[in-house]
Amino acid sequence: MSDVALLELRQVSKRYLMGDNVLDALKDVNLKIARNEYTAFIGPSGSGKSTLMNIVGCLDRPTSGEYILNGTPVAELDDNALAGIRNREIGFIFQNFNLLGRTNALHNVMQPLIYRGIPYGERKRLATAALQNVGLGDRLHHLPNQLSGGQRQRVAIARALVGKPSILLADEPTGNLDSGTSKDVMAMFDVLHRDGHTIIIVTHDPNIAAHCQRVIQIMDGRILSDTLNGKRREAAAGV
Amino acid sequence: MFTLIESLNSALQAIRAHKLRSFLTMLGIIIGVMAVIAVVSLIQGFSNSVTSEFKGLGADSLTIQSYLPRKERLAGKVAKVTPDDMLAIQHEVSDISGISPILPIGRFFDPVRYRGQSTSSRVVGTTPAGAINNGTYPDRGRFIVPSDDLRHRHVAVIGVTLIKKLHMPADPIGQFLQVSGDWFKVVGVLHQRGQIFGFDQDNEVIVPYGAALSMQGAATVPNIAIQLKVNDPRQIDAVTARITQVLRRQHHLKPGQDDDFKVQTASELLGNFTSVFNAITVILGGIVAISLLVGGIGIMNIMLVSVTERTREIGIVKSLGARRRDILLQFLIEAVTLSVIGGIIGLLVGYGIGVLAAHAIPAFRAAYVPWWAILLAFGFSGSIGVIFGIAPAAKAAALDPIEALRYE
Repeated sequence: MSDVALLELRQVSKRYLMGDNVLDALKDVNLKIARNEYTAFIGPSGSGKSTLMNIVGCLDRPTSGEYILNGTPVAELDDNALAGIRNREIGFIFQNFNLLGRTNALHNVMQPLIYRGIPYGERKRLATAALQNVGLGDRLHHLPNQLSGGQRQRVAIARALVGKPSILLADEPTGNLDSGTSKDVMAMFDVLHRDGHTIIIVTHDPNIAAHCQRVIQIMDGRILSDTLNGKRREAAAGV
Repeated sequence: MFTLIESLNSALQAIRAHKLRSFLTMLGIIIGVMAVIAVVSLIQGFSNSVTSEFKGLGADSLTIQSYLPRKERLAGKVAKVTPDDMLAIQHEVSDISGISPILPIGRFFDPVRYRGQSTSSRVVGTTPAGAINNGTYPDRGRFIVPSDDLRHRHVAVIGVTLIKKLHMPADPIGQFLQVSGDWFKVVGVLHQRGQIFGFDQDNEVIVPYGAALSMQGAATVPNIAIQLKVNDPRQIDAVTARITQVLRRQHHLKPGQDDDFKVQTASELLGNFTSVFNAITVILGGIVAISLLVGGIGIMNIMLVSVTERTREIGIVKSLGARRRDILLQFLIEAVTLSVIGGIIGLLVGYGIGVLAAHAIPAFRAAYVPWWAILLAFGFSGSIGVIFGIAPAAKAAALDPIEALRYE
């Protein structure tokens, strides 16, 4: 484990106001994740794991606390700056794939590069290579609804990887897939990890979490346990 | 520039994805622009044909007519330009030529009879010079010659409409017409000139000025119009001033009293028409602006629906790193693209309608779309897109990515 954390959360809390009710989705979470770690956030629905993912993914800001991503404090950044961070540092993979339905696989993968100002030809080259890497070199011009679930998720993975982000953030990546396809997708994550990617998988399924080196169990907005290769890890705070 | 092209691509894609809806959205703009272009092309084509009529008069010609403001006419005053005035101008104003009187017989439109057929027609008396001044010439036979005028010969040059209306032979030369009780021998047929404002320029009988004068009788002093040419067009203002001077003296006008006549150049006469055309264009422009406004609201409506519908898509691109302005620009450009495409379709259809109408109505010459109308149509539809696209685009840009991703 590297000493320099790729991302670090310090005393991160998230509070939602729903009318008169106050909901503390995250309470004083401290967390460090190093480069090339393969981590699972596991917990039942309502545990706060989605909130944690949104903050780690820079989709949301903590109510209090600090978040340092790749050396940059991002907790106080404005929307546009966060958009830039998401574009460069985070590759999202969603349960329901979240592909743009009107455009083909190639253009879906090219999409994040638009916001980086990469010219069309270069975008196309990078996206084609990314799709070939996930084994979809022959499906470049298919629309998402012409692809199977597994193929769609592979397009989504290609889209997440094409910008060479620091972190791959997968939210229930196999939730909409049958078991066979799930295995394929998880095998792909395993390979990506071996290739040096930093991966965070958010799931409620222990079988999925079992693929990861490190499993962080979340309950009621706190980190309940933080285990490494099945062994309890002492670094986690707030437990 | 880069983002503009990206947004344009994305906009075209969105428009293609919903062809029927996009078309219906554009319809308001299409109809608005179509209306303005059809109307403008007709009016301008028409205006061009009128202008060319007046060009026939030449930049060097002057027309003198009696003129009184309506208030004075209501007070019972009468103004006349008389044959004596013409003689005075002829003798006292130098550097002019081709001076000719125009004397309408009767009350402008007079019954004209031929072998039991009767119709009403404009009957004017003029001298041979009048033909040159008016740019009229006979297709058949001859125009009035000086000896016709001197001898008060009862001859007439007629327009083609009369041949039709009076069931005259195709070659009516040598036939006799009855005008205000006097008989005239047809000696020529005028070249066909068509209609202006529904006014048939070919429904005309031209007789020698001398004959027209004698038909008026000796008791009344006739009110004539005088046409003349200025030898040096650069001197037109000086000549106008000199004529005014002569006529004021002839009419015994005291200093401070208004002229009871008008001396107009062809371009001033044309100016009267042009101002009418401009007024029509402005009024129609206003009406069309309202229809474009309605079209714009239609676009805003659909764009708002589209933003709601595409909430998830907005969430996805936000998660991929789209900034506010990327999304703002995308929706704004989509709205502008919709309205500009509508503008182009409206332009083409409107021009088509103008051309068809110009063919269908004989009085209208070729339809003509001026550049300013095209620019206006584009500018207007483009601004409509911006104005009515900004609210939906801002709504889209402000969406929270988490909420948007969760949207079903």
